[in-house]
Amino acid sequence: MSAGEEKTARGETRSMWLLSSPALIILIFAAAGPLLIMLVYSFLAPGKYGNVVWEFSTDAWVSTVLTRDIFDGTLSLADAHLKIFWRSVKLSLITTFFTFLVGFPTAWFIATRQERSRAALLFLITIPFWTNLLIRTFAINQIIRTEGMLNTFLLWLGVIDEPLILLYTDFAVFIGMTYVYLPLMVLPLFAAIDRFDMRLIEAAYDLYASRWQVLRKVILPIVKPGIIAGSILVFIPSLGAYVTPRILGGGRNMMIGNFIEMQFGPGRNWPLGAALSVLLLVIVAAALIVYTRAATKEGPHG
Amino acid sequence: MRDVAIEAVSLRKVYGTDQHAVVALDDVSISIRKGEFFTLLGPSGCGKTTLLKMIAGFETPSEGNILLNGHDITEQPPNRRPVNTVFQSYALFPHLTVRQNVGFGLSMLGRPAAEIDEVVNRALGLVKLEAMADRKPQQLSGGQQQRVALARALAPSPEVLLLDEPLSALDLKLRKEMQTELKRLQLELGITFIFVTHDQEEALTMSDRIAVMSSGNLLQVGTPKEIYNHPVNRFVADFIGETNFIPAQVAGTTATIGGDIALPVDPASPQGSHTLAVRPEHIRIVPSGAEATLRALITESVYFGTDSHVRLRLANDIELVARFQSDEAGGDAPPVDTEVGLIFAPGALQVLED
Repeated sequence: MSAGEEKTARGETRSMWLLSSPALIILIFAAAGPLLIMLVYSFLAPGKYGNVVWEFSTDAWVSTVLTRDIFDGTLSLADAHLKIFWRSVKLSLITTFFTFLVGFPTAWFIATRQERSRAALLFLITIPFWTNLLIRTFAINQIIRTEGMLNTFLLWLGVIDEPLILLYTDFAVFIGMTYVYLPLMVLPLFAAIDRFDMRLIEAAYDLYASRWQVLRKVILPIVKPGIIAGSILVFIPSLGAYVTPRILGGGRNMMIGNFIEMQFGPGRNWPLGAALSVLLLVIVAAALIVYTRAATKEGPHG
Repeated sequence: MRDVAIEAVSLRKVYGTDQHAVVALDDVSISIRKGEFFTLLGPSGCGKTTLLKMIAGFETPSEGNILLNGHDITEQPPNRRPVNTVFQSYALFPHLTVRQNVGFGLSMLGRPAAEIDEVVNRALGLVKLEAMADRKPQQLSGGQQQRVALARALAPSPEVLLLDEPLSALDLKLRKEMQTELKRLQLELGITFIFVTHDQEEALTMSDRIAVMSSGNLLQVGTPKEIYNHPVNRFVADFIGETNFIPAQVAGTTATIGGDIALPVDPASPQGSHTLAVRPEHIRIVPSGAEATLRALITESVYFGTDSHVRLRLANDIELVARFQSDEAGGDAPPVDTEVGLIFAPGALQVLED
């Protein structure tokens, strides 16, 4: 490369940086900045009325999973915290799985319709996004509460003798999250199925595959990118869900989101809230890496 | 009847209901022998693909039955039929390698891995693709994908191989190559091939027997020679090769065209008002002085290398097309406006019902 070429190449690099600088500045201030503040706060001591005291402390991090005995100061596992973590992960996994179970046939149905009805059906899928999440969750609350529509209907049918207690249980949170996040599963699945060449089904069927084998050996491996995208889009917001467990789970069936909020509110322990937030971020990132690695590595014989 | 592979009995397929019903197949019966290269030929929409799909099991007939080796398979789903298809679009599995594609059928049948490996290697050898075994279909050319589709359909050793216009996506040179290749494979393996095409040349060069179809009906079944030389009606004659059609009045052994030109025809010809058909290459052009059946004037001459296509006008303004073979001396067709004599090869003049 001659000196002149090198100079123009360097000039191009510089103008590229210049052109992307507005986006970079926004990213630094809006994304990296707050994260950095969280990280710093998690190593400080809590103030008496909220906020933080500027002295280094690892107490917040220790108390994310451990608890110090008030009397003898010994450390033991913080059962309450772990329970909340476990409930969050469990509910998110179940939600992801069920949205897939319901979302896959739905997406398949839409993708195999005629062009015109397809657009209409996709439009219907997006309609829930038009209403505030809080209102939709309250609507679910109205349906499943003890004197709600569901119980009234089942009692009238004679299926049950006394109302089911659904509200303020993990099951209620699961119903709410499955309802709220279902479109996020259906849309990427639809995109993947829409690209799927239906003639491959005939080919597999011709080559002695049973219906189940056609699904497992041909359809699922090919639409896998859609399954991965949908699962990520459902799992991540589920893990950090705040409104749904708050309204449908009540005070007892907390998830990580509610627990973090509590530290910044009545708990008055900002460093713990910050530490929990960073921990949640790390868990999600780790889960994502492990999941996508496993999902993309797995061959057709897996 | 032991040597019959596929037997179709009064197959009927109707799409839609009542007023909007479309008849795709209208009472088609056909017998395809074991080890035969059988071609279903016809224009698009003639029902040839519908018939093929019925044999594969993707379409169920509205009426009629399909027998394979004497057993009724009409109700059997495609995955239970020992019949494999080479699809027009190839339909290769994009997530599998060439090797896995070819082995798919056998692995679905639950064969042991060692056997699958062996058969796949043999099938890939057959289509000369051993070197591509670990590639994905997207990394192959159209011709190579075609070979993979062929190997994939052959690997499970089907009783009958169905080919749905498999060569239509290839360019001319590749298509010629694959025609020879297919014929070689069929002779080597002795499997019954049922080949669907709308290309009459392809049908003539490859087939043992051809079935010509039109709008859901079977018009004629026969060897390429029978079909070419003795078409049963005007549609078959028109669809296969080039033909001159002249309206004629037939009485006894004489066909009269244009009112006053009498030509000799076969005594078994249908009598009355019909169409006289003659292939361009069955007309011989001789100098005007020589003895000839007819006199004509050359109105147009197009040079094609091996021969010239010559347009002729008879008295009464009837037009004919003939071929003038080029000879080694480079002898060309006589120039336009030359008067010539015409001689018809024996049996060249055929009376066809419309």
